[in-house]
Amino acid sequence: MPSLIDIRRRIRSVKNTQQITRAMKMVSAAKLRRAQERVVSARPYAKLLQQILSDVAAALADDERVSELPLLAQRPESKIQLLLVTADKGLAGAFNTNLIKSSQLFIEEHPGAVVEIEAIGRKGRDFWRKRDLTVSGEYIGLSGKVQYSDAAGIAKKAAERFSKGEIDAVYLINNEFRSVVSTNLSVKRVLPVEIRAGAEPVDFIFEQPPAQMLASLLPKYVEIALYGAMLESTAAEHAARMTAMDAATSNASDMIEKLTLYMNRVRQASITKEIIEVVSGAAAAE
Amino acid sequence: MADTFELEICTPDRLLARERVTDAQIPAANGYLGLLPGHAALMAELGTGEMSYTAEGRVRHLVIHGGFLEVLQDHARVLTDAAERADEIDDKRAQESLRRAQERLTKAAEGVDVARALNAMKRAEARLKAAARNK
Repeated sequence: MPSLIDIRRRIRSVKNTQQITRAMKMVSAAKLRRAQERVVSARPYAKLLQQILSDVAAALADDERVSELPLLAQRPESKIQLLLVTADKGLAGAFNTNLIKSSQLFIEEHPGAVVEIEAIGRKGRDFWRKRDLTVSGEYIGLSGKVQYSDAAGIAKKAAERFSKGEIDAVYLINNEFRSVVSTNLSVKRVLPVEIRAGAEPVDFIFEQPPAQMLASLLPKYVEIALYGAMLESTAAEHAARMTAMDAATSNASDMIEKLTLYMNRVRQASITKEIIEVVSGAAAAE
Repeated sequence: MADTFELEICTPDRLLARERVTDAQIPAANGYLGLLPGHAALMAELGTGEMSYTAEGRVRHLVIHGGFLEVLQDHARVLTDAAERADEIDDKRAQESLRRAQERLTKAAEGVDVARALNAMKRAEARLKAAARNK
């Protein structure tokens, strides 16, 4: 039987851990709120851009120049770039594990293709760096404060390589923020761009030739897709960490309760033992 | 015909304005466009410069940097890379960046990106103008 002091020490250590997890939960909750606001305020732009893109595409529906735009070029996918958006830090439950697993699955599902990873976030880089695979680029420390210019830079680089034919497709893997308790793992193709043309073409006056407008809209579309993904991922990360730390805090409470019960039993047992000793000692003296 | 139309101004970070306006002047890539209610459907790429619109009898100024404009029936949408309201502009910072851009242009020989410097200068000038209007 462990001594009372040992159990007390154990309880104290669990309490300390609980304090840390509780603090981390609060920090994540505060950060989550901010991240959530940014996700929401970035949505109108993405929606409007989508709208304009499909309107322009509808106006260009029968134009054969469209198929010549480099960012729309469909090629057999023999070289694929994978943009893997993970967190920089752990302690967020299955957040990073799920992302990495799905990137492994992705590679298994594309056996004929050479896949290279563009790692946005430390966890994804650390995993793939140790494996037999090209990590073509790494971006660490962006998730703290996601900037449009950072996302645009990564997207531009990908678009440039795609236009040159160095890669045949670009896929994006990230966690999407749904609610505090649910995130959604998303795998989608960003290049070549797939345009859904609007239902009925509007008779627009074009200040610039429509094909030229489409050519400058497409890179923007890729940038905004990545920017949105990074914002979503940050919000989802904080949500995941908050949930994980909440679970850890309540686990710590359970453990403290169990240990306290055990400690009291041990204390009582030792008191009972002492009483018996005293009583039997007195009985022997009579 | 309605005497106002809805104007939305959007940057990647935020929705800057969504208002009923009576008119708007917008810097397109090939020169200024004036919009009034009932304008025909229009698509344009935007340049860098000052834009202004009248909402509830008051004229608002802001600076936008590139992007796209879509006009549809009762609706104008401005998608821009960056935008600042005139009252948010820091005069001193704008002046400073103008000075820096000019400096870079005058000693262009030493591998300066001329296009970028010109762009920066245009942006700073537009900012200063808009800020002056606001006073």
